[in-house]
Amino acid sequence: MERILAFTLLLLLPIGASAEEEVVAGLSQNRVSITANFDGSEIVVYGAVKRMAPPPEAGPLQVIVTITGPSRPVVVRRKERVWSIWVNTDSVEVDAAPSFYAVASTGPLNEVLSEVEDLRHRISINRMIRSVGAPMTITDAQTFSSAVVRLREKNDLYQTAEGGVRLDQETLFRANVALPANLVEGHYTARIFLTRDRQVVSSHETVIEVSKVGLERWIFDLAHEKPLLYGLLSIFIAILAGWGASAVFQRIRL
Amino acid sequence: MQIYLPIAEVSVNAFLLLGLGGMVGVLSGMFGVGGGFLMTPLLFFIGIPPAVAVATGANQIVASSLSGVLAHFKRKTVDLRMGTVLLGGGLVGAAVGVQVFAMLKAMGQVELLVKLCYVVFLGIIGGLMFIESLRALMRARDPSRRGRVIKRHQHIWVHNLPLKMKFRTSGLYISAIPPLIVGAFVGVLSAIMGVGGGFIMVPAMIYLLGMPTKVVVGTSLFQIIFVAAFTTLMHATTNFSVDMALAVFLLVGGVFGAQIGTRIGVKMQAERLRILLAVLVLVVCGKLALELLIEPAELYSLGKVAE
Repeated sequence: MERILAFTLLLLLPIGASAEEEVVAGLSQNRVSITANFDGSEIVVYGAVKRMAPPPEAGPLQVIVTITGPSRPVVVRRKERVWSIWVNTDSVEVDAAPSFYAVASTGPLNEVLSEVEDLRHRISINRMIRSVGAPMTITDAQTFSSAVVRLREKNDLYQTAEGGVRLDQETLFRANVALPANLVEGHYTARIFLTRDRQVVSSHETVIEVSKVGLERWIFDLAHEKPLLYGLLSIFIAILAGWGASAVFQRIRL
Repeated sequence: MQIYLPIAEVSVNAFLLLGLGGMVGVLSGMFGVGGGFLMTPLLFFIGIPPAVAVATGANQIVASSLSGVLAHFKRKTVDLRMGTVLLGGGLVGAAVGVQVFAMLKAMGQVELLVKLCYVVFLGIIGGLMFIESLRALMRARDPSRRGRVIKRHQHIWVHNLPLKMKFRTSGLYISAIPPLIVGAFVGVLSAIMGVGGGFIMVPAMIYLLGMPTKVVVGTSLFQIIFVAAFTTLMHATTNFSVDMALAVFLLVGGVFGAQIGTRIGVKMQAERLRILLAVLVLVVCGKLALELLIEPAELYSLGKVAE
């Protein structure tokens, strides 16, 4: 038992010692509540760089902030002209694409981050999309993945803000990320990366809970847990409204 | 005022929804159509996911049709007997239609087929109605023909089939088989197209069954209430796609619109009413046809993966 403990300590020690710079971060909120009048929200990611020694001589410090929504598979369909009408023909199932993704950095991503590090930590938007299931008949599967990015960027669901992180004296940083109104529920992850010479030197990860509350929650749960009751209730409301309007108009005419 | 819809998971302007519901409600009351053929494409247009739009549209139709039918009951322009016979056929048809819909969905071309259905049926019905009501208007204006008595309906062989029934409100004594078939056919189509089916039902009642225009609107609305309620329930239990919040906004606008529409409809000449409906049907048909024919700006679209 003691041996194992000693061994683990030995393993942990060099890692802790090698990290000369460490990121300490906080969020303006780690819960986003979707209420009936939810109209988007803004999250402020802020923090500081903790150092045991003076800053190293290497290249300037850079900060990257990402916020990732829950990942879901998505079908991408492409239209083609068949007998003079436009019809969905080819389709590719993208295995995982985040429902929301924002990446902000202190400078242009390719100057801040190397290809290898991007691949390892999956930071740029294109790295977040995983597609392996393209059928053999489709040779340009890449265009389907980029269609996901293009369509979601149009809805502000994918955002890239190069220069969106403000860094003061290589120590304090801050980024504002706007969450759009058409947000999906789930665990969102906020990640902060510190880089020097395009290499990641430290990273930090926290979770943001996005959930429906109040009436929104109640309706959603009822619809999924007691669908028959929910359906009947919907019809009842419709009948009540139809009858009510008729009655009100009768009064007005008198 | 933005409102977040719990099932559709999008945020939309509440006044836009009220206005949309009101506009479709006015048309619904005027013409005796549920308005689904307008509501569903309009909901797509403001960004509601198609599955939610179809299901919630059906729920909203229940309200606007009921509001309209109550106004018609007051004026005794509902043929309950005919409505019940049509409904019998309609429910059977809707149940079959839902199965067909599921089959098409598995084949992955449901959107195209729904649109083609719209274009074909709206085109045929709109065109026929337009020509017929234009002729009726010209006849009414032509003084040399004014004296001629126009027969309201002709007895064709289908009316002489067995199972003859008296439809007193409509002043008809015909076989129950044609209305049953009409009801079933409209039921199938309405389940596939996600609408109440009034725009098919109304002309079918006038031209196939020979019912007087005055009774047609109320009877069609009566029948639509039940078919739409049935569709709502099916969608709620199988696809979980009825959005109650969306429905409430649409139907608050819709029920008041329907009341106003019914009053406008009463004051208007039957032929004029039919011409207007024909034009409306043709406009929607044309828009959908263009969507299929013109190269879309965005060739790619995203969809949910079936579980």
